Amino acid sequence: MTKPYLELKNLSKSYDGRSRALDAVNLTAAKGEFITFLGPSGSGKTTTLMLIAGFEAATEGEILVDGVPITRVPPHKRGIGIVFQNYALFPHRTALQNVMFPLQMRKMPKARATEKARAMLALVGLERFAERHPREMSGGQQQRVALARALVFDPALLLLDEPLGALDKNLRENLQIEIKRIQRSLGVTTIFVTHDQSEAMAMSDRIVVFEGGRIQQAGTPLQVYDRPVNEFVARFVGDSNLLPLHLTDPASGLGEIAGIGPVRLPPQPARQPGERATLLLRPEVLGLAQPGASNTCRMRVETVVHFGDSALLIGDAGGTALRARLPGQAAQGISERAEIALSWNPAAGHLIPAA
Amino acid sequence: MSATAAATGESSLKSWLLLAPLLVFLAAFFVVPLAQVVVMSVTEPEFGFGHYAEIVTDGFHLRVLMETFVTALVVSLCCLLLGFPLAYAMAAAPASLAAAMMVVVTMSFWTSFLVRTYAWMVLLGNRGPIAQFAEWLGFAAPELLFTRFSSTIAMTHILLPYMVLSLYGVLKRIEPALPRSAASLGATPAAVIRHVVLPLAAPGIANGLTLVFVLCLGFYVTPILLGSPREQMVAGVIGQQVEEFLAFGEASAMAVVLLASTLIVLGLYHRRFGLDRLWG
Repeated sequence: MTKPYLELKNLSKSYDGRSRALDAVNLTAAKGEFITFLGPSGSGKTTTLMLIAGFEAATEGEILVDGVPITRVPPHKRGIGIVFQNYALFPHRTALQNVMFPLQMRKMPKARATEKARAMLALVGLERFAERHPREMSGGQQQRVALARALVFDPALLLLDEPLGALDKNLRENLQIEIKRIQRSLGVTTIFVTHDQSEAMAMSDRIVVFEGGRIQQAGTPLQVYDRPVNEFVARFVGDSNLLPLHLTDPASGLGEIAGIGPVRLPPQPARQPGERATLLLRPEVLGLAQPGASNTCRMRVETVVHFGDSALLIGDAGGTALRARLPGQAAQGISERAEIALSWNPAAGHLIPAA
Repeated sequence: MSATAAATGESSLKSWLLLAPLLVFLAAFFVVPLAQVVVMSVTEPEFGFGHYAEIVTDGFHLRVLMETFVTALVVSLCCLLLGFPLAYAMAAAPASLAAAMMVVVTMSFWTSFLVRTYAWMVLLGNRGPIAQFAEWLGFAAPELLFTRFSSTIAMTHILLPYMVLSLYGVLKRIEPALPRSAASLGATPAAVIRHVVLPLAAPGIANGLTLVFVLCLGFYVTPILLGSPREQMVAGVIGQQVEEFLAFGEASAMAVVLLASTLIVLGLYHRRFGLDRLWG
């Protein structure tokens, strides 16, 4: 791994002196990395962001940027750009004056600051809106101004606190691509906080899943999606079937699911016979069974939701709730209350050890 | 079309009827006496604008007006300097603490200002705690009562709640993310106040200054009881002219000048901010 640029060492935060909002978080990020903190509200992701920004003091632990501890540096000396969910633009300043603010605070000569701020507004595609006040701009435009303002002073880090939460779906997707493009072109190390897993999947180099004040898993989007370390991560990232599994003969790759029967196990390190585990099957892993296929189950369909390109079947197999996602074509003949045979490739499943 | 017109006509008739008692009251006890004051200022003891000419030409009246304006200005600025930190702390405090502070601030509203004025007389008096403390320290007891200092400090105290409430209103509306975001962009705490808080609080500052200034212009009891007899304010002089010299014409003219100055201040405020915002 390359030299860490941002390091969180044993970071803890307690508001009442007893319970911990954040509990011994360790994380490193490489320069230029785009990291997403993903988790439900109250999971510790925003607390971590506030500690990095310096708005809250850590109870324990250390934060280092480029090897320098900043844990006790006040926010205005950290040089970290932050974009807030509600934009937090200064209402009494125009877009250009907002973007110039950090340069003004750094006593940059006015002509040079104006030039730099205009260039940054151009980068976010708003050069024509320089003289507008925030109230005269749409939510998406305001968010871009906030982004330009957080980037114009070449920050050591860029923190984005659910910046797209207040925008509608189309705009969100456009801005996701836009933020990613700008982040790449500037190469700024970025931490993005969200509770939206599809946003996390779309944007990140690495996803850090938070729950209960702890990091549950940190990995690339595909690692987190395909090989979650526990049931929480499996449930929180993507749609999932979690089937309780009895490892009858792990040495030869066999297990049994109550109500479904014997199944072949994914090729994961051997375990002890008799152990219990959970088998994760993503809905799209399930397909209509061909004659003679192994790893099959019979599903009683209760609901069919058509999305056009695909269809989600919701029902149960031998008493266990099951969701299957089939290509739109394949799902055409399937009606509600039908009974169908499904199968899956053993390698597409993932075993989660019992907690 | 005509039905709607009739309906609006009816509802506006209704609102006029609801307003009528108040309008009659105001006409009988405010407009008429005020008009009488205006009339008296040019008819008492004989018709003419002599009183106004006197006000403008003789040094005494102009000096009193000047004193009054300067005092009102000083009191307004003192209220701003004392009130701003308090309002800022209130706006930043957690809800329960802010409510407690609000009770303390409004408590002075509930106490009669006559009582508060007498309280200052006790505090600043020749045998009062401040004088005694000074003597205990070995200094001569300072002359505090019946000076401009004593009336200014008491008026500041009495008018401070108006300023605090005006400022609290705007400061509370500043989004908490703004100071944070300014800090993250490199603003020191002082720069946050100067570049973010003050510009956004400007309407409340203008509001508080105008309220306190206008209320202070007409203050009567406090300067009479606490102030220096040599440095009177307009209201006190008007009272003196009526009670001691029965000079109704002269007093009326002064009253009209005072009223006009107040209206000019309010007019300036209205042109800049709109009068409807003055009371929050």
